[in-house]
Amino acid sequence: MRELEQSFIQFDEVSFWYNHDEPWALKELSLTIKKNEFVAVIGHNGSGKSTIAKLMNGLLFPQKGEIFVDGLRLSEETVWDIRKKVGMVFQNPDNQFVGTTVEDDVAFGLENHGIPRKEMIERIEQSLKAVGMLDYRKHEPHRLSGGQKQRVAIAGVLAVAPDLIILDEATAMLDPKGRTEIMKTVQRIRKEKKVSILMITHDLHEVTFADRVIVMNRGQKLIEGTPKEVFQQHETLWEIGLDIPFVAKIAAELKQRGIPLNKQPLNNKELLEELWRLHSNM
Amino acid sequence: MNNLIIGQYVPGESMVHQLDPRTKITVIFFYVIVIFFANSFFSYFILAAFAFISAMLTRIPAGYIIRGLKPVWLLIVFTFLLHLFVTKEGDVLFRIFSFYVYSGALIQGFAISLRFFLLILMTSLLTLTTTPIAITDAIEDMLGPLKKVRFPVHELALMMSISLRFIPTLMQETEKISKAQASRGVDFRTGPIKDRIKAIVPLLVPLFVSAFKRAEELAMAMEARGYKGGEGRTKFRELQLSSRDYALFISFVFVLLLFWWARA
Repeated sequence: MRELEQSFIQFDEVSFWYNHDEPWALKELSLTIKKNEFVAVIGHNGSGKSTIAKLMNGLLFPQKGEIFVDGLRLSEETVWDIRKKVGMVFQNPDNQFVGTTVEDDVAFGLENHGIPRKEMIERIEQSLKAVGMLDYRKHEPHRLSGGQKQRVAIAGVLAVAPDLIILDEATAMLDPKGRTEIMKTVQRIRKEKKVSILMITHDLHEVTFADRVIVMNRGQKLIEGTPKEVFQQHETLWEIGLDIPFVAKIAAELKQRGIPLNKQPLNNKELLEELWRLHSNM
Repeated sequence: MNNLIIGQYVPGESMVHQLDPRTKITVIFFYVIVIFFANSFFSYFILAAFAFISAMLTRIPAGYIIRGLKPVWLLIVFTFLLHLFVTKEGDVLFRIFSFYVYSGALIQGFAISLRFFLLILMTSLLTLTTTPIAITDAIEDMLGPLKKVRFPVHELALMMSISLRFIPTLMQETEKISKAQASRGVDFRTGPIKDRIKAIVPLLVPLFVSAFKRAEELAMAMEARGYKGGEGRTKFRELQLSSRDYALFISFVFVLLLFWWARA
């Protein structure tokens, strides 16, 4: 039980299948997410990563094993409380926009949880400000870009004040500009609001911002560790068809050619520093 | 595409725009009933005056309103002609081929067409000055008492507001699909009617498939955001009656009294 107190989410040997005749989507998976931690889950399609997200806020229930959210065991009775604690942003920006305007959409979650109107107005303003969409509050969804719609979706989740925000491939359908918008927004709200983030993605570049990375393959955890630790196992990643970021690739190639880097670089700046250091050593 | 307006709503700040949608619906509801009791020149005059004054107060250009009535002109003219030839009251005025036109018929024709015209004018004033979502809210509020007999009022209103929200999205999608199919050689614009109707099939099938997919994902997203039906739900958009609404109610009652007095 001591572990329960520290961790916000705990999976105990969770197994899940969608259909009897299909293989396990998740197989005896155990994992924890701590408060205010940024965890990324990667894996390609069918690795079970989206299933993890849906289990966390009770959109699905496991066939085996138990899930605890903030000390509550996931069940039919606790699911509504859990959905208040765990917010979720989905992949398609259009198909999660319920309201006819931006502020109506942010209000939707608050209305569901029976928040009084006065408080609602305050919370809507705050959360729209947090994602930088306050100027668009009266806009209809079809006048927004994909990235803006996803920011509104994040605001809608934020307004309910959850402890964990799950981004289920929330950047997959966006252009590069939209992606940076979302990544910046996520990092900012994480600093300001003290929430945990679970980012599900197959873009290894986005993973570099996380505290911890979990690599999923065929419903099981393959690798777990900091981004640096994970990128060092590039051969395993290649084997399951995941392409590591360009910077990590260069580091790996350099190593192969006998040019050792002291530490694993995560971005262009770190790589440049490493290269300068090598240069001055020569 | 950016300033697409759903329905006929014309944005504005006029008195009529700012009325509570419930007030507008109620007044129009009674207006539509009362108009069938008009039976004298003066009673028609009062109702017509009320309609024209309302139309002027919307500050919507007359051209806009008339254009909105275009599809019903034909129906009004048809009603007029029908009454003209069928009614056989009063003196014979003149004769077209084997039809006799009576004086009573002329009056009847004018009266019924005017009735029809006023009816459509008033109802279109509602849609011209009220956003669809405000109408939805008003309907939800006014049907409220039906909740007691388990009528799904909230669900109905939510369904309406979600359809309103998805109309532009699906229109954009239709455009995209039609371009994609046109690039594969589907011809929507030329050829005999039969072929053109057939060309719609490859447009509709993908549209329906994607609409169902959207519905499924939307339901999932709504559930994830804690949606569990109308019970215990609060509302963000609030309807509030103001002094403007009471003023309209009082003047409308006055109009009704005047109307009753003017009836033959």
